[in-house]
Amino acid sequence: MSAIIRIDHLTRIFDVSKPWLNRLIERAPRALLTAVSDVSFEIEENSVYALVGESGSGKSTIGKIIVGLVPPSQGSVLIEGVDLATESDAAKVDAVRADIQMIFQDPYASLNPRWRVRDIIAEPVAARGGDTAGLAETLLEQVGLSAADAGKYPHEFSGGQRQRICIARALASGPKIIVCDEPTSALDVSVQSQVLNLMSDLREELGLTYLFISHDLTVVHHMADRIGVLYLGRLVEEAPRDTLFADPKHPYTQMLFDAAPRMDAFGRDVEPPKGEIPDAINPPSGCAFHPRCPLAIDRCSRERPEMRRLGDTRVACHLAE
Amino acid sequence: MMTAPPVLSVRDLVVEIPTRHGVLRPVDAVSYDIHAGEILGVVGESGAGKSMTGNAVIGLLDPPARIVSGEILLSGQPVHTLRGDALRRLRGKRMGMIFQDPLTSLNPLLTVGDQLTETILEHLDITPSEARKRAVAALEEVGIPAARDRIDSYPHEFSGGMRQRVVIALALCAEPDLVIADEPTTALDVSVQAQIIALLKRLCRERGVAVMLVTHDMGVIAEAADRVAVMYAGRLAELGPVREVLTAARHPYTAGLMASTPRASQGHRRLRQIPGAMPRLGNLPAGCAFSPRCDHAQDRCRHDPGPTLDTCDGRAACWFPLASGADAIPDPEKETEA
Repeated sequence: MSAIIRIDHLTRIFDVSKPWLNRLIERAPRALLTAVSDVSFEIEENSVYALVGESGSGKSTIGKIIVGLVPPSQGSVLIEGVDLATESDAAKVDAVRADIQMIFQDPYASLNPRWRVRDIIAEPVAARGGDTAGLAETLLEQVGLSAADAGKYPHEFSGGQRQRICIARALASGPKIIVCDEPTSALDVSVQSQVLNLMSDLREELGLTYLFISHDLTVVHHMADRIGVLYLGRLVEEAPRDTLFADPKHPYTQMLFDAAPRMDAFGRDVEPPKGEIPDAINPPSGCAFHPRCPLAIDRCSRERPEMRRLGDTRVACHLAE
Repeated sequence: MMTAPPVLSVRDLVVEIPTRHGVLRPVDAVSYDIHAGEILGVVGESGAGKSMTGNAVIGLLDPPARIVSGEILLSGQPVHTLRGDALRRLRGKRMGMIFQDPLTSLNPLLTVGDQLTETILEHLDITPSEARKRAVAALEEVGIPAARDRIDSYPHEFSGGMRQRVVIALALCAEPDLVIADEPTTALDVSVQAQIIALLKRLCRERGVAVMLVTHDMGVIAEAADRVAVMYAGRLAELGPVREVLTAARHPYTAGLMASTPRASQGHRRLRQIPGAMPRLGNLPAGCAFSPRCDHAQDRCRHDPGPTLDTCDGRAACWFPLASGADAIPDPEKETEA
């Protein structure tokens, strides 16, 4: 299999400074927030790649960069060999754009309340001047709703049904890649399982590739083929699903797995992890995790660890073995 | 120990909301007890009535929602009849509440110290300087580093996890007997969630506080709760010790909920799913509210008035409870083999 998405030394810095006059008066320096820092990974065609991490880890920013909602500051994103940020051939860019779609977290906020479901679903095709006759009806049936729903408005649907509409819209342009940003976080458990099953079925039928962004380890474990763990904008570990869960190498991954509540751990008393995620504007020196890491040595605070390959795993830690 | 009445006893509680389209019952004939030092987990999907039950106990129902029957006893004394000042004296002093979003449950214009001392002075007969000492102690107890320096900070100067600790300190500063925690960790990251849950468990154990933990996260329930109440469409579906309910559910809904939660041991297999969605309160089916989604439903389930814990075996509100360990929803893989 070949890589359909190749991300190379991707960095994204946001300027979150105060307005220049305030900075002048308060003598405050510019504040630069590094949301994504030197991240590289590849996504195989027809696989599910999951990004996990806590808030502020940069997982959503990476998703937005891939679909082109946010430009990268440094590094590149190649989708089917085309870099959308630099490619000059408009026809090529257009073709790749049509191959990539996104599903957002909140199905209440991501559907226009004034549009009928038919128009919402057909929009990605209509925007390119394609033929939309009967398209919405077919897609609605494909995602488990009925064709008659096309004339309704979003408020007439429950959360799970709305997420199905979002999925139908994402499928409209016949994409190869779908970026799913916390697609089931807003849904109840019994509805979540329906949506996850639907996504798995569609992937098999249509040969889709998913980038699955989530903070929920159980959902990621269920869906992903390969998982990347992010901490403060940096990729700290990446491995095939079973390898990662059986043998997490990075101390942060281990901490995350220990802290996640488990349904079979009745009355478990965990030693809760220490500290909190540091400020991304002033990240710690060296390895970003060293202030919270139980194993940290001197070197960790001085030198940022490179990604190393250990068997199937890639890990950014001086001490992992 | 056994002779003491439970800290909280809810008996046949019914909450109604009159609307133009008829009367809705978000809480219907709910009964449970919580003893000192016990954590009762309340789980269910959105709209199941779990938060509404908590709000009814602490007297925070928004009109037109109101308690129409049943009773709420705090250490044996009725509280559902209290209004105004009598209720205010009780709230904070004997019952504390922890809300989901720590940013909206703190006043952004007051320092956390002001908010803590205000609550302490309201309920305890001590001087302001003593109240401040107690406030510092309360912040230290919930694990805020350098509490003495941070007491004069405003809520926005704290991180999400620290803010939730402040809210917990606020709920506990007047030493209540009962704490209602409504989704206390839903807005927090995994590592911070583990810290907050550990804190709640420690306080419960050390101080003998009774805790009602409302959440939709089965993992949190398994790790924190002693007993669990599963709610569906305003009713209790199942109530029992957490290990028994989660591993050997008797109510088909609980079993379905457990089977549809993805978990590590399950691997890449298809998730089992409960067909359909929870009915809207204005449009409840006749008989058992779960019957349209239930594979085991029989005629009696669809016609007879909905079963309650009392009319059934006291554990599951179901006419045909599952034998322990049985699965409510057929395994899709087994099905294809057959």
